[in-house]
Parts: sequence; structure tokens; C-alpha cells
Amino acid sequence: MEPQGLTESLHKHPFLSNMNEELLKTLTSCASNIVVPEGARLFKEGEDAKTFYLIRSGRIALELPGGERGMIRIQTIGPGEVLGWSWLISPYRWHFDAYAVEQVHAFAIDATCLRTKCETDYRFGYEMLRRFSEVLERRLEATRLQLLDVYGNAPGERGENY
Amino acid sequence: MTEIAPQTAELLHRSMVPCLATVRRIVWETDDTFTLLIDTAQMNGSPYSFKPGQFNMIYAFGTGESAISISSDPGKPGMLAHTIHRVGSVTSALSRLKRGSLIGLRGPYGTAWPLEEAAGKDICIAAGGIGLAPLRPIIYSLIRKRDLYGRIVILYGARSPLDLLYRVELEQWNKLPNTEVIITVDRGDSTWKGHIGVVTNLFSYIKLDSESTIAMVCGPEVMMKYTVEELQRRGLSQDQIYISMERNMKCGVGLCGHCQFGPKFICKDGPVFRLPDVYYLLEKKEL
Ligand SMILES: Cc1cc2nc3c(=O)[nH]c(=O)nc-3n(C[C@H](O)[C@H](O)[C@H](O)COP(=O)(O)OP(=O)(O)OC[C@H]3O[C@@H](n4cnc5c(N)ncnc54)[C@H](O)[C@@H]3O)c2cc1C
Ligand code: FES
Repeated sequence: MEPQGLTESLHKHPFLSNMNEELLKTLTSCASNIVVPEGARLFKEGEDAKTFYLIRSGRIALELPGGERGMIRIQTIGPGEVLGWSWLISPYRWHFDAYAVEQVHAFAIDATCLRTKCETDYRFGYEMLRRFSEVLERRLEATRLQLLDVYGNAPGERGENY
Repeated sequence: MTEIAPQTAELLHRSMVPCLATVRRIVWETDDTFTLLIDTAQMNGSPYSFKPGQFNMIYAFGTGESAISISSDPGKPGMLAHTIHRVGSVTSALSRLKRGSLIGLRGPYGTAWPLEEAAGKDICIAAGGIGLAPLRPIIYSLIRKRDLYGRIVILYGARSPLDLLYRVELEQWNKLPNTEVIITVDRGDSTWKGHIGVVTNLFSYIKLDSESTIAMVCGPEVMMKYTVEELQRRGLSQDQIYISMERNMKCGVGLCGHCQFGPKFICKDGPVFRLPDVYYLLEKKEL
């Protein structure tokens, strides 16, 4: 895809909505389009986090090793969402495995390229951090809710039967 | 002391007396949740009708009584369904019933989902766990007169794929025009190809017209709290959001105070409330 076309389609991704054009161009220079076939692994726990992904269609599952229980699928990431922030935090390693549950179309953003841009252009760096913080806050809230196991039987609790 | 007029006392007395109903069938939806189908044609001789969102008090002889929402189609009142999560003594006794068993039943009680207000609007239904059961009658009502409503989105979260209720119907609803069903589970394994995560995550995959959407939410209180926050984040005002609450019940008709929720009685002012009436009480302990 031509850089102009790529910038336009990146602009449509909810994560980048209302980003000013100059910053978007900076991001475009680190971005490419990818297609991940169903069942393929994007990355594995412990590997270097060289990329982050903006999902356009399809679904990615995140898995963690659960000892004797095998791999545990903890979350799925779908269209309009962001996959991965390990590229942002040293030592830049993935904390889980990621598989395509179905064919995925995504923008892949090169992490080394992005980190360099963040360090040389603080305005761009701040904008990326601001957007990622929002994602992190929402994920943290969702994780808390997931931990509460609200659909489990909670003896003695009122209003917990539904 | 205030005197109760004889007619009112008579009415209250009648509404507290259960009538006999016959179990037609029990369908196990999951390991611990079943649907009790009750023949209403033989009940007291008079026709039975209810509104979506209302509940009955169901009596398991020798054990006790529980409030259970009606989960069947209000357009087909001849056969009532109640989907029940087996948690304690009454619900376990009900789970052991067989075809032809007798139960005591009184109702319908309580407020209903805002069917009339929903006309001409988009509808967002968010259900968690067995909270889908009290919402099923409104879904039936909406799809019976599908043209009267805008887009219908049903978001449903359960604990695991094995805990999903009404799987076949969920698939059928998803095929209806301008209707979308999105399901998620809190825990999945590699055989589950759907979404994993809490029900609030599903809002990322839909667009709501904040001006013209009515939302109806039912599930555990924590789930409802986070869901209404998400709806408000997406521009819905509290007036556009309805939730269904539950508390332990005894009389079911506003007499005993068992179900008191702040200044409200769930049995007669609810269970379905417009959000502004109860928002400040959500997730408050010991109310
Ligand atoms: C308006 C309304 C509608 C309801 N609709 C349904 C429904 O459609 N399907 C369904 O399965 N249940 C529904 N319930 C909840 C149901 O009434 C209770 O689960 C039931 O009364 C429990 O009785 P039990 O004797 O089996 O359990 P108990 O032996 O009384 O208690 C067992 C466990 O369940 C908990 N519990 C008891 N009562 C409730 C309650 N009201 N809510 C939550 N936890 C409770 C107790 O704290 C205990 O941990 C509804 C409740 C209300 C108020
Ligand atoms: S159950 Fe008695 S007042 Fe509500």
C-alpha cells in the first residue's frame, strides 16, 4: 500500500482516531499491512517484542502456560483493538503467546522504529503514551472484573446468582 | 396503625396464595442450570399473562419458595418457562422435579422492561450469566414485531463456553435482519473460537447511536455496574438505561420488607428499574 493510502487507512483505526496528520505520518513510516492465517502464532512468551499490532479484522487469542492445566486462553483481541504494549516497557519481551483464532488483517508497527521516533519527537512520544495509557487502564479494569469471577457461585453473597 | 381496606386485604391475600401448576418438562441448559416448563393451561382456570421482565414466586413443596424470572415468550402464555440456577435448597428441590410434578406458583409480579418506550429506537441488551433469562422474554417481544424497532444488539457474557444458555436461539437471533448477537466468555480453552474477556469488552466491537438507543442490562451487580459505566462512556444518559435487580424475597408483594433496596422494594418497585432510580445504590453493601 502507498504511504498515503496507509496513512488514510491507519486513520480509520479507533486507536488512532483524531490523531493529527503530522503525527500520523510519523507513525505510518513505521507501519505495514499484514495478514495472519488462521492458527498461526504471532509471537511467544519471552520473545523480543519487536512489533505491536492494530487489529483490523479477525481475532487473536492470548495464551499463558497454566502448568498442569496446559495453555490457558486468557483473552481475545478483535477488530479495532490494540495488541501488545511490551514494546513500550523495558526489557521489551512478550508476556504471553498470541495466536490467530481466525484470519487476521492488521497493521504491524515496528517497535524499534517507533521507540526511536518517540525519543526524538517528544510530542509524538507523549501522544503514543497517552493513547496506550487509556488502553492499559481499560484492560486493567476488564482484568479486575474477570478476576472477580462474577458468574461463579458466591455463597453468602446477595445478588450474585445472575 | 393504618387499617387496610377489606377489598385490599382480600386482594393481597389472593395474590399471596399460590396456585397449583404442573411441570411439563425440565430442560438442562448447563451443568447447574435448568429450564422448568410449566403448563399454565391447567392453572386456576383463568388465563395467565405476564410482561417481559416480571417474575413468579415458585414453591417447591416441603422446601420453600423462590423468586424466579419468567424466561418464556409473553406471546405464548400457555407454557411458562423459568430458567433456574441451582444454588441452594429451593432451587435444588426444583431441579429434582419430574414431568407431571406439582409446584405452587404465584405471580406475575414486578415491573417490566420498557417495551413501548423502545419502539422506533435501537436496542442494546447486555446480559451476564443467568441474567439472560429475564431478558429472553423482551427479546421474543422485540423480534415478534421486528419492524417496530431499530438495530438490536445483544451482548452476552458467561463464565465459560459450557455455561452459555440458549445457544441455539442465540444463533437464530444473530441471523435476524439488523440484529447482532456477540458472545464472550471469561474463561475459554483452545477449542473455543469466540471472544474471551468480560462482557464490557464487547462494546469495542459495536457502535451505539447514543441519541436513540435504549439499553437493558441484567447480570450480577458488579457486571451491571461496569456495563452501565461503559454505556455512559458511550454517550447514553442514565434515562436510556434499564437494569433488573435482585434481592432475597419473601412476600413478593411489598409487605414484608425483605427485598428492601434503599427506599425501594425490589418486588414491587422493581425488579426492572430505570437507572437513575437505583444508580446510587448499585454495589452498596448491606442495603
Ligand atoms: C426478582 C428476582 C428474580 C430472580 N430470577 C431468577 C431466575 O430467573 N433464575 C434463578 O436461578 N434465580 C433467580 N433469582 C434468584 C433466586 O430467587 C435465588 O437464587 C433463590 O431464591 C435461591 O434459593 P435457594 O433456596 O435455592 O438458595 P438458598 O439456600 O436460599 O441460598 C443458597 C445460596 O444462594 C444465595 N441466594 C439466595 N437467594 C438469593 C438471591 N435472591 N439472589 C442471589 N443469591 C441468592 C444465598 O446467599 C446462598 O449463597 C431471582 C431473584 C429475584 C429477587
Ligand atoms: S419481598 Fe416482601 S416486601 Fe418485597
